[in-house]
Amino acid sequence: MIPAAFEYEAPTELAQAIDRLAKFGGEAKVLAGGQSLIPLMKFRLAQPARIIDLNRIAGLAYVRENGDLRIGALTRETDLEESAVIRERYAIIADTAAVIADPIVRNLATVGGNVAHADPANDHPATLLALRASVVARGKGGERVISIDDFFVDTFTTSLAPDEIVTEIRIPRAQTQSGGAYIKLERKVGDFAIVGVAAHLQLDERGNVATAGIGLTNVGPTAIRARGAEDALRGRAPDDKAIAVAAEAAAAESQPVADLRGPAEYKRDVVRVLTTRALRRAVARAKGGK
Amino acid sequence: MLMQLTINGASKEADVEPRLLLVHLIRENLLLTGTHIGCDTTSCGACTVLLDGRPVKSCTVFAVQANGRTVSTVEGLEQNGVLHAVQEGFTKEHGLQCGFCTPGMMMTSVALLERNAAPTELQIRQAISGNLCRCTGYVNIVKAIQYASTKMGEAKAEKQPATAGRA
Repeated sequence: MIPAAFEYEAPTELAQAIDRLAKFGGEAKVLAGGQSLIPLMKFRLAQPARIIDLNRIAGLAYVRENGDLRIGALTRETDLEESAVIRERYAIIADTAAVIADPIVRNLATVGGNVAHADPANDHPATLLALRASVVARGKGGERVISIDDFFVDTFTTSLAPDEIVTEIRIPRAQTQSGGAYIKLERKVGDFAIVGVAAHLQLDERGNVATAGIGLTNVGPTAIRARGAEDALRGRAPDDKAIAVAAEAAAAESQPVADLRGPAEYKRDVVRVLTTRALRRAVARAKGGK
Repeated sequence: MLMQLTINGASKEADVEPRLLLVHLIRENLLLTGTHIGCDTTSCGACTVLLDGRPVKSCTVFAVQANGRTVSTVEGLEQNGVLHAVQEGFTKEHGLQCGFCTPGMMMTSVALLERNAAPTELQIRQAISGNLCRCTGYVNIVKAIQYASTKMGEAKAEKQPATAGRA
C-alpha cells in the first residue's frame, strides 16, 4: 500500500517545527515514531499534504526523575521499558510499555505519539489518567501544561492547538506506600486491547486508600477515568470487598461497544475482572511487593 | 528528494519520493530482495531490518527517515563467505519451513543476541513476538536462536581477550 504523496521536511529545532506547523495548520502532520500515522497513511485514512518529521530534533528523548518524573515525547517505548527508574519506581509504566504493540514496533513508537494520537485503544492514556499526569505542549504561544483529564476530547481528538506539539509527559513523583499496575487483555501480541485497566493507589499510614486512580483502555470514545471506582476506594481499606465494589463500579461506568473483539456485555465483565486484578497488584506493590 | 544511507556497510544514494517506504527502497531501488513484504500492515515482521542496529518494520518507515543512517538487511549477515551464527543456526536446527518469515526473523535474532548474548527461552520468544511464522515453526526457530547464542558464546570465549565482535 502506497501513501498519498506529501511534502516532507525534517527540522532540527523544535521552534522551527512549531513555525512550520503553525504555517501549514491542518495541512501538516507531525511524524514521531510513525507506527500509527504511517499505517493510517498507507490505508489512506490520513492524507496529510505535509509531514513534519520530529526525529531530527535532539533533546526530546529522556526519562528523568528529579522532583516529578519527566518523559520526553520522543522517548521510544523500548527505552521506556528498559529504563531503570521506570522499572524500579514506576512499575505501572513498565507494565504499559511492555504490552504496546510488539517489540519491533516499540523500537520506533514514542510515548508522545501514543498520547497525541488519542486512540482510545492506545495504552498510555489509561495509565496516565491513573497517575494523574500532565501533558506538556509547546506552540507559538509558548509552553502549556495540560492536565491529562483535559487532554482527550474525543476519539483521535485532543485539546492541542493546531500549532502545538507534545514535548513531555509529567508524572507526580512516586511516593512510599504507593503502587500501580496496568493489565491488558489482548487476543495476541501486537493487537489492540480488548480491555485494558490501569490502577494506581496511594495508601495512608493506616494502609487505607488515600487516593486511587483508575483508567480504562478501549471501552469508550477516549481512555476514560473510572471516577465511581476511585470514589468507592477512597478512605477504605483495599480489601477484597472494597476491590469488588470498585471493580463493579468501573464496569458500570465503562462504555464498551460490540466489535470483532467481543460483545459489549463481555467487555464490561472484562473491565470488572481486570480492575480487580490491577487493584490487587497495585495493593501488593504499594506494600512493597512486585 | 536526494538521500544517502549506509546499507550493509556500503554507502548508497537514491533520489526518492518522500512517500516511498523503506522496504520498497531496499527491494526495488537497491535490489536487495532478501527483505520480504508480508502483511504490509505492521503485523508480520517479514520486512524487519536493522535501522542503526535496532529492528524496525521497514514497511512502516519512510525511506527518507533513513537518510544519513545505517541499515542492515539479511544480505549483510554473511561475511567473507561465512554464514552468520544465526544463519547457521536456522540451517542446522531447521528454523525455517517455507522461509518467508526467515529474513525478518533472523534480523530480529541478530539484534537480540547483540543486546543479550545468552537470552532465556522466554526472552527469545518475547523478542520474536513481532515476527510471525505462518508455518508456526516457532519451536525450531527458538532452537536456531539458541544454537546461535551458544555458538557466538563459544567463539567469544575462544577469542578471549577479544576486542570487538563482528561489524
